[in-house]
Amino acid sequence: MGVRTVRLYAVVAAGGFRRHATYRTATAAGVFTNTVFGFILAYTYVALWDERPQLGGYDMSQALSYVWLGQALLMTCSMMGGGFEDELIERIRTGDIAVDLYRPADLQLWWLAGDLGRAAFHLLGRGIVPMLVGSLAFDLALPSSPGVWLAFLVSVALGVVVSFAIRYLVALSAFWLLDGAGTAQMAWLAAMFFSGMLLPLTLFPGVLGDVARALPWSSLLQVPADVFLGKYPGWELGKAYAFQAGWALALLLVGRMVQSVATRRVVVQGG
Amino acid sequence: MADSTTGVAEGPGAAEGPGGRAADRSGVVFAERPGLVEGVRAYGLIVMMWLRSTMAYRASFVMTAFGNFAATAFDFVAILLMFSHVDELGGYTLPEVALLYGVSGTAFGLADLVLGSMDRLGQRVRDGTLDTLLVRPVPVLAQVAADRFALRRLGRVLQGVLVLGYALVTLDIAWTPLKVAMVPMMLLSGAAIFGALFVAGGAFQFVAQDAAQVQNSFTYGGNTLLQYPPSVFAKDLVRGVTFVVPLAFANWLPALYVLGREYPLGLPDWVAFLPPVVAALCWLLAGLAWRSGLRAYRSTGS
Amino acid sequence: MDLDSDVRTDVETTTGFIELDNVEKVFDVRRRTGFMRGERRRVRAVDSISFRVARGEMVGYIGPNGAGKSTTIKMLTGILTPSGGRLRVAGIDPSRERTRLAHRIGVVFGQRTTLWWDLPLRDSYRLMHRMYRIPDARYRENLDRCVELLDLGELLDVPVRQLSLGQRMRGDIAAALLHDPEVLYLDEPTIGLDVVSKSRVRGFLRDLNAERGTTVLLTTHDLTDIEQLCKRVMVIDHGRLMYDGALAGLHEVGESERMLVVDLERQLPPIRLESEPSVRTVKVEGPRQWLAFPASESAAPLVARIAAEYPLVDLSVREPDIEAVIAKMYESAGGM
Repeated sequence: MGVRTVRLYAVVAAGGFRRHATYRTATAAGVFTNTVFGFILAYTYVALWDERPQLGGYDMSQALSYVWLGQALLMTCSMMGGGFEDELIERIRTGDIAVDLYRPADLQLWWLAGDLGRAAFHLLGRGIVPMLVGSLAFDLALPSSPGVWLAFLVSVALGVVVSFAIRYLVALSAFWLLDGAGTAQMAWLAAMFFSGMLLPLTLFPGVLGDVARALPWSSLLQVPADVFLGKYPGWELGKAYAFQAGWALALLLVGRMVQSVATRRVVVQGG
Repeated sequence: MADSTTGVAEGPGAAEGPGGRAADRSGVVFAERPGLVEGVRAYGLIVMMWLRSTMAYRASFVMTAFGNFAATAFDFVAILLMFSHVDELGGYTLPEVALLYGVSGTAFGLADLVLGSMDRLGQRVRDGTLDTLLVRPVPVLAQVAADRFALRRLGRVLQGVLVLGYALVTLDIAWTPLKVAMVPMMLLSGAAIFGALFVAGGAFQFVAQDAAQVQNSFTYGGNTLLQYPPSVFAKDLVRGVTFVVPLAFANWLPALYVLGREYPLGLPDWVAFLPPVVAALCWLLAGLAWRSGLRAYRSTGS
Repeated sequence: MDLDSDVRTDVETTTGFIELDNVEKVFDVRRRTGFMRGERRRVRAVDSISFRVARGEMVGYIGPNGAGKSTTIKMLTGILTPSGGRLRVAGIDPSRERTRLAHRIGVVFGQRTTLWWDLPLRDSYRLMHRMYRIPDARYRENLDRCVELLDLGELLDVPVRQLSLGQRMRGDIAAALLHDPEVLYLDEPTIGLDVVSKSRVRGFLRDLNAERGTTVLLTTHDLTDIEQLCKRVMVIDHGRLMYDGALAGLHEVGESERMLVVDLERQLPPIRLESEPSVRTVKVEGPRQWLAFPASESAAPLVARIAAEYPLVDLSVREPDIEAVIAKMYESAGGM
């Protein structure tokens, strides 16, 4: 990939960032909502960990950190949808996608760049304040070493890519289903359930827990949160990254294959 | 659709030939009708239109209704998962929590079904389509409330009812006629309290068009809060939802009376019977907020 | 200002069916000047406007974007409350009795359809029927009439989303007329329509006004709308009424001109035509030149001459637009 290509995608990513940055009131309102939900969930976790200290391998302050991390990453990793997919579905539905195919840029990378920009904004705009409020109101287990923070950010980035790859597949389904709303909804239901947003996946019983931890959605919250909480010391971190990167690559590749089948259809049908 | 049930009585001379004179036509007198009746009627008319629109996308409707059901059911799954590790949460057993959950979920679901579209008001202010509602001869509130009426939200109501049913079956309560009467009273008052919140939230969007999310923290957030026992939360938070945003009257206070439990703030027993009064008060305030919001919009435009 | 109208059918018209006396609308506009800072500014969107419209008149209300047109319409329909002055439509104060007035007015917003997207056109009309409590017989009569004159017969059972822009506009106009409004406000009724649709809409409005005596007030950017429909035109700019009178007068004041845009083979000095003294070359940009000529004259002889004397590649004629007319108005009146 040449310098010009890299610059192109950097511009697209910056555009994704700026586009979301314009909605200041909406961002403030969103932060407020995340904070309110953070408080409510935090109290329920306190009640739960009061009864069962060390539940799921977390102590109280780790469990509380998990709650606020969930609120901080909810938008960043698009656990409830709300990324680019609605727009892409709409473009497929209206046939505007045919125009995109003539752009001198790769369709998947183009949308990925935009979504990374969006995620970066959401991490800064909607992640920091709830985390700060949470750490003021509760005793959170914040990493002391900058290395862990960095490792966490890498894990979040990988989580965003996995999230993107899944949602890209969801959007492509609109080529066949025409109304992508149903698939999109199934996808966010799965994301809500299997990301660990509902409860840490370590609290899921037996086989359900094993399956949930092996599915790609755990990359969205469970894995980054565990990195944050120091559950992957030393070389273990590599395992976490490999898990996330593996899913990211596999899903991106499937997306690519589906995309080529889908675009062939467009070209044959003339849009 | 039968079309002779409403409308101005057709007297002789009401109908006229083509080219009738303008003065004749303007002569129809439209009786002033009470705003509430007009509003409910208009709401019904618009809801019917949305229902028919929904039927144009049947498959989508089935999927989204299921999604709505599943998404809300997850909240209860989380509670079940919690109770797979503990026997009590904040001193409450699973059936007790299920009662709180079922009442709040059903009441909120009803309010959401009827008024859940209020959070689209900001969008309508922004794109200017609110103006098209203001030139109609029916209350704006009814039109906004009915906007994009989504029957799929029944999924949420159904989920709440199921959990409530589970709670009523499993709870070991010495039912008295009064306690039995408390159940429908809680559901209706709770729905009204949440409904007033939706309206007040809509009014707020006249001022801050992008702030639909703030409303969600009170409505959806309030619902989530009420699904857990009050003993779980900090006293200040409980005070806030009792005295400031009186969500506690939607289920906590009356339900704890049914369960025979103490309310953490040591309030007297009779507050359990206040929900209808509180609901009426909430609607009064929400109505005032709506009026002043609409007035502000009409003096400033978008 | 005395607008002598010969249709005086009842008491209202002696004082004007629509009356505005020194109507004002002041907005507080907040502008963001920094990240968290902003400044407040008072903007007079409508600045002391007075006029009368008699029953049965058809009036064009024109002006550049942001001149105060829509604000005026919004006050006339009761959407906005005036900041000052007196305003009456059919004897009703619109902002105080908005819903009562709604029964007597029809409004068409050019770019915002009020029809139901996923439902057949007919369903939208049924809603109007019941929402406005239109007596059944009258509803049927009005619908039949609109269907016939606006040629909607085959569209009634088609979902609105499948209609073309022109068909939708016709559908919207019919929806605004089912309850027999005495006044019809049209905000850019021909915007975005093709030539055939435009002329059909205009023809309908003309008939409506002539046969039913419906008072029509329309805003537009298309001077042809005004030419074909309105004897009277009002021009508003910066919130003030700049002109109120016959369209011919406006042409006089504004010396309306059309623009001929020609693309020549190469860059040449400004075109000069001895035989056409009324033509001025107003702009040259490379091989492209802009020639202004009186709106009343035909473009054909002019084109023929240019083709004969210059290496012509392509050309187009631009109709005078409101902005140009108003700009000329300022010029010739020396600021009025």
